[in-house]
Amino acid sequence: MITIQPVAKELMFKDAVQAFPDECCGFLFGEEDREGNRIISEIQVVNNAKEGDKRRRFLIAPLDYIRAEQYAEDNKLLLLGVYHSHPNHPAIPSEHDRVAAQPYFSYIIISVLEGKIGPVRSWRLNDEVQFEEETVATFEVSPL
Amino acid sequence: MATVIIPTPLRKFTNNTARLDIQADTIEKTVSELTLNFPELKKHLLDDKGQIRTFVNIFVGNDDIRDLQQEKTAVKADTVISIVPAIAGGIE
Repeated sequence: MITIQPVAKELMFKDAVQAFPDECCGFLFGEEDREGNRIISEIQVVNNAKEGDKRRRFLIAPLDYIRAEQYAEDNKLLLLGVYHSHPNHPAIPSEHDRVAAQPYFSYIIISVLEGKIGPVRSWRLNDEVQFEEETVATFEVSPL
Repeated sequence: MATVIIPTPLRKFTNNTARLDIQADTIEKTVSELTLNFPELKKHLLDDKGQIRTFVNIFVGNDDIRDLQQEKTAVKADTVISIVPAIAGGIE
């Protein structure tokens, strides 16, 4: 199970809509319990560094990655994964997503359909290097 | 002795250790020492020919070793080496 706190979710969705029809991308930070359940408390929007057609591809620059690891360490958070959008496509990882994927990380995919947020799903590699879906929940807080 | 920063996705192969001190004078020897100490790291760092995988970047400070002397890049006592997984993907 992966829970995305509202402030993180809103930032992620805003990025996905603003980037449309290009793909957006960013990092997920938070904590994990012993059962592997994850709570995403912060996200970091990252520039899609892919040269050429960003409507079908995203790339995070290595220095952005190094900064993300440093941010996690400095703020006592875990770097738990990456989000990206699939403009006008389902929130299902492609073979390209799978080949480039890292173990341990959660890969949240946001389907953006004609500029509006569609289904949001999260995936993690198993030991056979295949994606398995993890349940996405949202953490609702009571209004003040 | 250089410090190697292990990226989060690979820490389960290093007993959850984020920083390792490795005694070596080049990147090549550093990687060799790493995979000797943590054999499960090998398939994530090296391809079938023993070369550093395409999806793995190695940085010395803020410099990609591809812009330096690649695997022959010298390592000093105060060198900080980052293993940086390539993060990419997208629609097929």
